[in-house]
Amino acid sequence: MRLELVKRGNPSKTLRFFSPLIGLALAVFTGAIMFAILGKNPLEALYVYFIEPLTELWSVHELLIKAAPLILMGAGLSICYLSNNWNIGAEGQFIMGALAGSIFPVLFTDMQGPIVLPLMLTFAIVGGALWAGIPALLKAKFNTNEILVSLMLVYVAELILDYLVRGPWRNPAGMNFPESVRFHQFARIPELMPADGRANWGFVIAILVAIALWVMLSRTLKGFEIKVLGTSPRAGRFAGFDAKKMVFFSFLIAGACAGLAGIIEVAGASGQLRPIISPGYGFTAIIVAFLGRLNPLGVIVAGLVLALTYLGGEAAQISLGLSDKVARVFQGALLLYILACDTLIHYRIRFVPTPKAQGSAADV
Amino acid sequence: MSDATLILIQAVLLTISTAATPLLLAAIGELVVERSGVLNLGVEGMMVMGAIGGFIGMIVTGNPYIGAVVGVLFGMALSLLFAVLTLTLATNQVATGLALTILGLGLSGLIGEPYVGRSAVRMPVLNIPGLTDLPIIGRLLFGQDLIFYISIALIVGVAWFLFRTPSGLKLRAIGDNPQSAHALGIKVIRTRYLAVLFGGACAGLAGAHLSLVYTPQWTENMSAGRGWIALALVVFASWRPFRILAGAYLFGAVSIGQLHAQALGIGIPSQFLSALPYLATVIVLVLISQNRRLTLINTPASLGKSFVPDR
Repeated sequence: MRLELVKRGNPSKTLRFFSPLIGLALAVFTGAIMFAILGKNPLEALYVYFIEPLTELWSVHELLIKAAPLILMGAGLSICYLSNNWNIGAEGQFIMGALAGSIFPVLFTDMQGPIVLPLMLTFAIVGGALWAGIPALLKAKFNTNEILVSLMLVYVAELILDYLVRGPWRNPAGMNFPESVRFHQFARIPELMPADGRANWGFVIAILVAIALWVMLSRTLKGFEIKVLGTSPRAGRFAGFDAKKMVFFSFLIAGACAGLAGIIEVAGASGQLRPIISPGYGFTAIIVAFLGRLNPLGVIVAGLVLALTYLGGEAAQISLGLSDKVARVFQGALLLYILACDTLIHYRIRFVPTPKAQGSAADV
Repeated sequence: MSDATLILIQAVLLTISTAATPLLLAAIGELVVERSGVLNLGVEGMMVMGAIGGFIGMIVTGNPYIGAVVGVLFGMALSLLFAVLTLTLATNQVATGLALTILGLGLSGLIGEPYVGRSAVRMPVLNIPGLTDLPIIGRLLFGQDLIFYISIALIVGVAWFLFRTPSGLKLRAIGDNPQSAHALGIKVIRTRYLAVLFGGACAGLAGAHLSLVYTPQWTENMSAGRGWIALALVVFASWRPFRILAGAYLFGAVSIGQLHAQALGIGIPSQFLSALPYLATVIVLVLISQNRRLTLINTPASLGKSFVPDR
């Protein structure tokens, strides 16, 4: 028996919708097997992982806190991937955005008032975009591989953050802990419903940005340009689209989104800088982008799903003693399943008996 | 030169070589994969799986050589997953490679949890009587562990295979134009499977070197970006095996140099020194990619593109 791919005449619309759901189902099934191997009751573990976090209001608030950066970065990365620009350094752009935005509450502590937060958001957007601008510039100017450069800059950004919170930005009154000062009230993103939970306006911002990017992609010429240059660079050239400008455009958008996500994280839930400010959001956002079909509206749903894996991972660690690494494995498996299922959109899969004589394969 | 200086130079060269060997192994494997037209960005994931596989194998059997074999098998298992997805199911190679890295980092962390903090038996040094005692280069070339000798043999072997054998020619043809190769009756998918598995084995061995030789213990994410640097080395080497050797030792020297600078405390914050290997990678990539002629001649023309045989 051999597996053969047969190209479909037209990509299947039904499967385009269902393939991420099939992928998700397969990943959940794999998760159940993994729980069983780890010696837990799979059904109970699945309940703790995926259902329980949704049964309490405060927990739903936590979900929104984790979903905000994933949605923002996933939506930005979708623009990159649609235009065939492989930015995998959102994690670094997230950190640099958080650092640029934190300049005000950390260095200019005297500066208070309602102007601070808008300044922080602006600086974070610029900071993230500039950091993403480095691989874009190198790709456009020297044809340097953007995948490797953007990834290398993640490590550099992590080290810069580490240096700052242990060195010049360390809280002088913080008992030598590697932390910045706690942000003052004007530098914090307000909570949505403080009576019920910690979720803040960052989630609303994320949704608005995703919708704006969706409008751009589906309703404007720019969106068309992104898709044409991504699927057929040659056709794009004939249409007069500039591939080099697109490198900058897509990277800067993704970097701006990641920078915004970074400041939302530190000025929202955490309220200060620490040596590690992200549990790998920038890499999980890659999965979010693919699970969301590279469509910013799909990314909103996908961001909530992946946020649930973080939250469920924490819950399972506390109540079942399961390792927090389980969430990473689940996320990696999920992306692999989605990619495999995507094949079904463009190809029919056929099992053919291994032919004894090569010449007898007469059917086309 | 005094004896003390000689011994110091020898020691420094040895540490550089130890830092370079995992990069070299992972890069030479990936070079073969990319020469066949497949871009596997999962090197980091396969490497870290090789590290935990090697460590578990060593702890369970007490034998570092069996450990190394287990590491190789772990790397190959992950690369098989990549091959099934990208070759049989024609998935996007970049995205699949990323998924492989995410999965490998998570899985190794999960199965490695009980092994954190345990110490390993370092793979023994194999001396060659007479040659090992040569000044300076004696211990560097003839006084190392088995994985070092394998790494050098692989460079020579891959160079010979790619450019001196019919199979190597076929593999390169597949990397440049799988359609034509297929039309000529060359088994494109089968060859690519073998290339990807070879790359997985090399990355696995590189990981095993980390946990059995470089720092004989298991820590989470212990590959620390080396898989990505190996990917950059392949570009740096413009897909030529012997340039991998030069590149790996150059990077080994940079990473050892920054460690020594940190130990000496030369007044530069340690984080900036730690960033040097990553920045050096970026700079090297820029310098190489500027040379269009060099990259155009050597880049496999179909690198990263899926191939579905139309029977």
